[in-house]
Amino acid sequence: MLREIRPAIVMILVMTAITGLAYPLAMTGIAQVVFPHQANGSLIEKDGKVIGSELIGQNFTAPGYFHGRPSATTDVDPRDPTKTVPAPYNAANSSGSNAGPTSKALIDRVKEDVEKLEAGNPGAPVPMDLVTTSASGLDPDISPEAALFQVPRVARERKLSEDRVRQLVQANTAGRWMGLLGEPRVNVLQLNMSLDALAKR
Amino acid sequence: MTFNGWLQIAFFAAIVTLLVKPLGLYMTRVFSGERTFLSPVLGPVERATYWLCGVDERREQRWVVYAVAMLLFSLAGFLTLYLLMRLQAVLPFNPAGQPAVEEGLAFNTAMSFDTNTNWQSYVPETTMSYLVQMAGLTVHNFVSAATGIALGVALIRGFARRSADCIGNFWVDLTRCTLYILLPISIMVGLFFVWQGVPQNLGAYTETTTLEGARQVIAQGPVASQEVIKMMGTNGGGFFNANSAHPFENPNPLTNFVQMVLIFSLGAGLTNVFGRMVGDERQGWAVYAVMGLLFLGGVVTAYWAEAAGNPVLAQLGLAGGNMEGKEVRFGIPASALFATVTTDASCGAVNAMHDSLTPLGGLVPLFNMQLGEIIIGGVGAGLYGMLLFAIISVFVAGLMVGRTPEYLGKKIEAREVKMAMLAILILPLSILGFTAIATAVDAGLAGPANQGPHGFSEILYAYTSGTANNGSAFAGISANTMFYNTTIGLAMFIGRFLMIVPMVAIAGSLAAKKIVPASAGTFPTHGGLFVGLVVGVILIVGGLTYFPALALGPLVEHLSMNAGTLF
Repeated sequence: MLREIRPAIVMILVMTAITGLAYPLAMTGIAQVVFPHQANGSLIEKDGKVIGSELIGQNFTAPGYFHGRPSATTDVDPRDPTKTVPAPYNAANSSGSNAGPTSKALIDRVKEDVEKLEAGNPGAPVPMDLVTTSASGLDPDISPEAALFQVPRVARERKLSEDRVRQLVQANTAGRWMGLLGEPRVNVLQLNMSLDALAKR
Repeated sequence: MTFNGWLQIAFFAAIVTLLVKPLGLYMTRVFSGERTFLSPVLGPVERATYWLCGVDERREQRWVVYAVAMLLFSLAGFLTLYLLMRLQAVLPFNPAGQPAVEEGLAFNTAMSFDTNTNWQSYVPETTMSYLVQMAGLTVHNFVSAATGIALGVALIRGFARRSADCIGNFWVDLTRCTLYILLPISIMVGLFFVWQGVPQNLGAYTETTTLEGARQVIAQGPVASQEVIKMMGTNGGGFFNANSAHPFENPNPLTNFVQMVLIFSLGAGLTNVFGRMVGDERQGWAVYAVMGLLFLGGVVTAYWAEAAGNPVLAQLGLAGGNMEGKEVRFGIPASALFATVTTDASCGAVNAMHDSLTPLGGLVPLFNMQLGEIIIGGVGAGLYGMLLFAIISVFVAGLMVGRTPEYLGKKIEAREVKMAMLAILILPLSILGFTAIATAVDAGLAGPANQGPHGFSEILYAYTSGTANNGSAFAGISANTMFYNTTIGLAMFIGRFLMIVPMVAIAGSLAAKKIVPASAGTFPTHGGLFVGLVVGVILIVGGLTYFPALALGPLVEHLSMNAGTLF
């Protein structure tokens, strides 16, 4: 049995060299050459500055922009490093709310959001995904219903016709993969960028 | 529930089933020591590995030596990983300047990755350097998976061989599994993931100014190379805190689908390896059928519960299923399917937050793990867990008709049944024992984030996930404390090694037995009756053991939710 001690130690070192260094470094090398855009986080540049990633949601609050889903991400409290403070869409600390279905805090939060949204757009049914936090806190998408729900507000703020804004939503709606996998969705950052592009013209 | 949702689930089941035979054929060749189409490239690496380790690849091991080799290797891996984390501040590849990982957390994490659990008490993007992620965690994603597969194959050899002393060579099984199976698939599918948007870089976190002018720091890293082995090796430890819900780990519905298939692929293929090695592929399909039936039961329940949603939210005028803690691109069916798949196997990756599942939707992952993760299961571990239940089932059948039970021509005697029971009973002892302790002491009660029955579920889930070596969590629980890091670390150790040793002992004693030729009185183990019997034994053993605990958690919560009682 003592004979098994040497392989135990050498094997973990060999495996570290192969699967822990050679493999990820070779993958990084290949990825950087073949798919440099994706390998670096699908970053979007505007006027030479990085404004975000196609895949990572942003915290939109201005009424003239479409808003994403509520986000439960937090950051370290600048006044007390042992505590955390809400910091929606913190892309360096992804997380969900982890609130269970019978959590009073969850129901109160949803209720408040529903009331706010109903006040802004009376009569229209509030879409579920606009009042529930995503799993990552960085969800880049909303459902097409959640985008259409916001059309009247955005059109009003942007002084555009609702039809024009609705067309924009439709143009930015992605379907299921091959009509089968996943759900239809609208990338909020891309939709808002096309809104801005429209304003410039 | 939608027609499209059911179609996604059916499509998944079909693709996994189609992979069983080709993967089984290839893996059988690898573990029989035959040449494969990759031998010209990997053969020299393989031989160099044996030379460096001083291993004679032709020399096989008795079960005790096989088990000792596995334990020593796991110990060496545990210590190197622990040291890497403690020293990361002074080592390279640390652009975010992460400080040394604290002792309790380093113990917990080293145990977690060493046992193929990948429970994470920490937030990776604010805790681990790129070096630890690559040279520590990624390595264990490979070798803990290869260890599990090697053990599974050793047990298969026990059934397949007759009057033999040895059950294979652990070092050879480990090396061949890593080089010929895990590495090639990782390279191929990893590059596919990069193409689909998963980052693979060593750069610092990106500082951006958003469209509204706010500052957003985006975590980066060598994600794709870890992502693929995390799924295929049923490891499940996320590069980021949100795991496969993070858009960088799992950017779209297609990557999500591929990830789920990866979780099941090798475990499903191993049922075929089993069939081929014992010389009757139908035996493998019977095991696959047991797994398939239990999988379907879980996914139907989870999808139904999640699509039905939360009646308390419905009262606020909201329509639709439960979207709290889910991502829009996956929606409800792909999230319910993922939650089932990840806990059937011992993966533990999540694409939705399990803590926010409906009570019955959350009961499915909990129950899947408590059954011992035998529904496909962890790579290798699922198969040996299932074969333990098969042994118990033929024993029960033997008692009914008063005959000495046989399985695959091997007489199942007192020693095998005792060892199988020992391996199976270890799990509830750890799960229920630790849960009871945690609900009785202040340090344990300080953990849950939610109140009421859901808080109890969070504790139960933590020890279930740790013991079953799953690694998913009802993540609201504050587990990064000395109490939880230590007790969950112990649960992971118990669930892995105290189950493995009796299992390898069974492999050894089976290998030494002669084959009894089948007679008219032999109970056939490839037919529907056997499949039904095994499913029954699994559900009765699981149901009786865990029903009281599940009643206190998810079942009470379900009734409370329907009555509108909040906590």
